Amino acid sequence: MLEIKDLCASVEGKEILKGVNLTVRPGEVHAIMGPNGSGKSTLSAVLTGNPAYMVTGGSVQFYGKDLLALSPEDRAHEGLFLSFQYPVEIPGVSMVNFMKVAVNEKRKYLGLKELSASEFLKLMREKRAVVELDNKLASRAVNEGFSGGEKKRNEIFQMAMLEPRLSILDETDSGLDIDALRVVASGVNKLKSQDNATIVITHYQRLLDYIKPDFVHILYKGRIVMSAGPELALELEEKGYDWIKQNND
Amino acid sequence: MSALKQYIDLYNEHRELVERHAPEALNALRPAALAALEGARLPRKGEEDYEAIDMEAIFAPDYGVNVTRLDYAIDPAESFRCDVPSLSTCLFHTYNDVPHISAVSRRNLGEVVVETLAEAATNRPDLLKQHLGRLARLDDPTVALNTLLAQDGLLVYVPDGVTAPKPIQLLNILSAAHPMMVVRRLLVVAGENAHVRILGCDHTQGSGTAVLNLQVVEVVAGKHSSVDFYELEESGNDTSRVSSIYVEQHEGSSVLVDGITLMNGITRNNYCVEVVGEHASTELLGMTIASGKQHVDTRSFVSHNAPRCTSNQMFKYVLAEEAVGAFAGKVLIKEGCERVEAYQGNRNLCASPEARMYTKPQLEIYTDDVKASHGTTIGQLDEDALFYMRTRGVNVDDARRLLMQAFMSDVIDGVRLDVLRDRLHYLVGKRFDGTLAACTGCAICGK
Repeated sequence: MLEIKDLCASVEGKEILKGVNLTVRPGEVHAIMGPNGSGKSTLSAVLTGNPAYMVTGGSVQFYGKDLLALSPEDRAHEGLFLSFQYPVEIPGVSMVNFMKVAVNEKRKYLGLKELSASEFLKLMREKRAVVELDNKLASRAVNEGFSGGEKKRNEIFQMAMLEPRLSILDETDSGLDIDALRVVASGVNKLKSQDNATIVITHYQRLLDYIKPDFVHILYKGRIVMSAGPELALELEEKGYDWIKQNND
Repeated sequence: MSALKQYIDLYNEHRELVERHAPEALNALRPAALAALEGARLPRKGEEDYEAIDMEAIFAPDYGVNVTRLDYAIDPAESFRCDVPSLSTCLFHTYNDVPHISAVSRRNLGEVVVETLAEAATNRPDLLKQHLGRLARLDDPTVALNTLLAQDGLLVYVPDGVTAPKPIQLLNILSAAHPMMVVRRLLVVAGENAHVRILGCDHTQGSGTAVLNLQVVEVVAGKHSSVDFYELEESGNDTSRVSSIYVEQHEGSSVLVDGITLMNGITRNNYCVEVVGEHASTELLGMTIASGKQHVDTRSFVSHNAPRCTSNQMFKYVLAEEAVGAFAGKVLIKEGCERVEAYQGNRNLCASPEARMYTKPQLEIYTDDVKASHGTTIGQLDEDALFYMRTRGVNVDDARRLLMQAFMSDVIDGVRLDVLRDRLHYLVGKRFDGTLAACTGCAICGK
């Protein structure tokens, strides 16, 4: 579904990604690990079309389409989703209104009829249960005054609402206590199917205890320097990032 | 010739006509107004508190004034249908500067009095004598000009202890075949423990003809009274509005003034609040959405003359395209006004690189034991929020619209009239997605 070839990208003139290659197929879970500043968040920003980042080379195909040519909203409509490391607070925009616009614009893009108010509220109720998101949060402004855990839960709730084909979870475990981590991970696992895939970006092995990856990649200095099965995460946890640095510097 | 002179000449030439068609209570104010205009001039752009607006240019066109009080031969209630099933107000029409009051309008007023100044001059001359022209300041030449030429207007009088059973809606329709200056006057007197909510709506009917809407409003809020005064401007590109609202607040009174501009040409709104009694509270709110070449200019002045009062001001602007906004606000806390709490805020969103906002907040404090603050921001749409919404599939135009609407949500939520608040959320949404026509009917019934 996703084919990244020699992807290079820069931000504010500084080259961060220096030729990333990655293939993701439906049903797979990929973990991308790496030390701070290795380009993990840049990769997710570039894939979702953040205008602050500039692609300087390479290509990304998503279900045969040139992903980089699409606007961020069309990427979402095509089934790409990013769970933000730092979800943005949007005072004055209610979650309900936000999600209603998002869901219906996607449906419009796919040639489906817009949901009626009651159908939409039913969908909200159903999906809220996936991450045990309080009704009170769903009726508030987007992320405004949410705790760290609530924000991450809200990300997964939005993921449930939009039913993406490929989800990127960018440091979803940061700022979460164990209980919240369990809820968020179980939400992700509930949404998993043979038809969708997940890229988990994380520093730590911890999250991978809950969301089991099929592949683990190590991103370092803008390149994937090592790819293997889940055992790589354990090895990394044991040896630390210095091990990677020694081998690649 | 200065812009003022042509209207002074007009008055001197037609003095007899002007006075014949006006009640004595208004005629009595003219000599002082004329004297104040002697040697006066209108501020030019760039002068203090007029950083972005040229008053001389606004009054320069050769506007006609309806001194003979020609009837428009139109029943405004017919020509401008505005049934308000949900708001359920007592509705009063003013066609340009001629009030039309029907028996229907008065049906649900209870003990509240709404009458023309001409009627009031007969029915309660002492009240007019006591209040009309008392708060309006003739040292502002536009106010003096209004006083010189006003021939009628409306009185809203809420006697002591009376609560208006329904909101009072003043529907002002501006329409002229030739360039015209509309000279409008409103006096609101709320007695002790009187409570009233008033909504003024300005609409321009038809377009292409320049109309200058020159308004003076005086509001007297008696002890422990409450007065909510909302104004909604939905005029057109050819309409200029120069409005001055003077408020006097007595002990324990609560006043909310909310000026909303959704559609306009050039607008200057002056607010002047004198708090003279203790424990009074003042809410001064404003909301402006402007695009194209629209201009909205606000001057607020809140003067605390008594201790233990609170005032809160919040003016918000969203400016798109080449719109220009300005805000000059001043809070004055005089000596001996302990425990006053006064806040002033002006928040602005420039949604295009061409939009311009001028802002000047000011505090002047002569008492130690007070809390006061002012804050001003001018910003663009939050890029992070925009991107976040786009990653969820919200297209960029909708995302911008949602963010602009969100920016206004707290001032809309400050509206204490439920139906107006809901209606505003709806209208502001329409305004931002570009489907709010210049004048599609009264905003409240909104066709």
